[in-house]
Amino acid sequence: MALEVVAKVGAVALFLLRVLGQCIPALVRPQLIIRQIYNAGARSLVIIMLSGLFVGMVLGLQGYQLLQRFGSESALGMAAALGLIKELGPVLTALLFAGRAGTSLCSEIGLMGATDQLAAMEMMAVDPVRHVVAPRFLGGLIAVPLLAAIFSCVGLYGAQLVGVTMMRIEPGTFWSQMQSAVGLRDVHEGLIKSVVFGAACSLLAVYEGFHAEPTAEGVGLATTRTVVTSAVLVLLLDYMLTAAFL
Amino acid sequence: MIENDAVVNVRGVHYAIGAHAIFKGLNMHVRRGSITAVMGPSGTGKTTLLRLIMGQIVAQRGHVTVFGKEVAALERRELYKLRQRIGLLFQNGALLTDLSVFENVAFPLREHTDLPEPVLRELVLMKLQTVGLRGAADLMPAELSGGMARRVALARAIVMDPEMLIYDEPFVGLDPISKGVIVRLIQSLNRLLGTTSIVVSHDVREISAIADHSYLLAEGKVMAEGSPAELCKGQTESVHQFMSGTPDGPVPFHYPAPDYFEQLLARSDA
Repeated sequence: MALEVVAKVGAVALFLLRVLGQCIPALVRPQLIIRQIYNAGARSLVIIMLSGLFVGMVLGLQGYQLLQRFGSESALGMAAALGLIKELGPVLTALLFAGRAGTSLCSEIGLMGATDQLAAMEMMAVDPVRHVVAPRFLGGLIAVPLLAAIFSCVGLYGAQLVGVTMMRIEPGTFWSQMQSAVGLRDVHEGLIKSVVFGAACSLLAVYEGFHAEPTAEGVGLATTRTVVTSAVLVLLLDYMLTAAFL
Repeated sequence: MIENDAVVNVRGVHYAIGAHAIFKGLNMHVRRGSITAVMGPSGTGKTTLLRLIMGQIVAQRGHVTVFGKEVAALERRELYKLRQRIGLLFQNGALLTDLSVFENVAFPLREHTDLPEPVLRELVLMKLQTVGLRGAADLMPAELSGGMARRVALARAIVMDPEMLIYDEPFVGLDPISKGVIVRLIQSLNRLLGTTSIVVSHDVREISAIADHSYLLAEGKVMAEGSPAELCKGQTESVHQFMSGTPDGPVPFHYPAPDYFEQLLARSDA
């Protein structure tokens, strides 16, 4: 079992090197990358914004209840902002991305393999890693930080909706506490996390799709593996990055 | 003498997947400008042979040379250069489903050339005209019938004007009209473009009408070779069975199994 895990990590690392080697040639066709940013990013906007809104609202409710016990409910803006920007934004966006776009990337590439489209590219002397994998990897890498930023902004709006509109916290206090507590370092932390999570989720999705058994069952299993592995990896990486930033 | 004129030369090839031997010393060659048929029952390794020729897999023993180059010894870049000289028609067409018919045919040109858009457009339309689908240029692959998809794939295979065309089971699943169209296209492309053609198929009637030379594979080797007429005479029982489509013979109808009655009785006892 341990040997299998090491072998899989090694295989994914070698695949990452192969993909990175094809990223520069892939940039020659920016329209392919833009299309993938649209597919993975723009098409995930609704689920990201809805989730962000509700997460922010729950954060507002729970935060208000907790802070009220200590008479410091005015710090709700600060608590919501730090929670969203540093943790919830990047992590939940990555998990949603893995479920919405990662599965789509994996099954799309897997089906291309099952229907000989990848083999056809090879036979036409076109490297499928350059034409299919690299643009999707770059698309995910670019889309996740943008989605995480949108998630955090909508989440803050949700927290404000509960805190200011429903719980009658002074708006000036809500926003000024947030402004004074959130520094550029916190934004950097969230940004770096979302870039790393984006790379991890995209890499796993394209790896599993590219190496899926060319059958309906094989593609299904690869898609499941993508979601499960991505979720575990995102949470593991989150712990490691949080520890590193402390 | 004949081998000097060979575009593809396969000598003493051994290839196995695990313990299952596919080829046990396969020898064959394809002459320049000819239509060579590779026939054989299902599972005899016809598609595996194509994969060896295209350098997708490597033989464990023996040599495969294409255009005088040892395929197994080529580096990735050289292999890709070699593949640009070959057009391959996949069994299912293998069209890129996110691109229109026009873009599918234009795909190799966009990847390997810097042709200006008007020239590229003319070239693509000419190839689509050759296969009779100029009017379908704007359709998506999902909107095509099986026969049309195969013809679009053929247009894509010839768009780079390859020196050799390889057809993997081009007649499978096609209605008689589509079969006739593909037969005519293979023949006319071979004559008009002067390409060498390898057709892998087990449709004896269609292939006999166009092939200059045929190989019949079985049990990992070439069981018989010659013109289609010579093969039809069927010197051996195996060749005769394949060419005439007899259900039972040296290639048995039944997959190896324990004694029928013993197995039935054992089941009822249980």
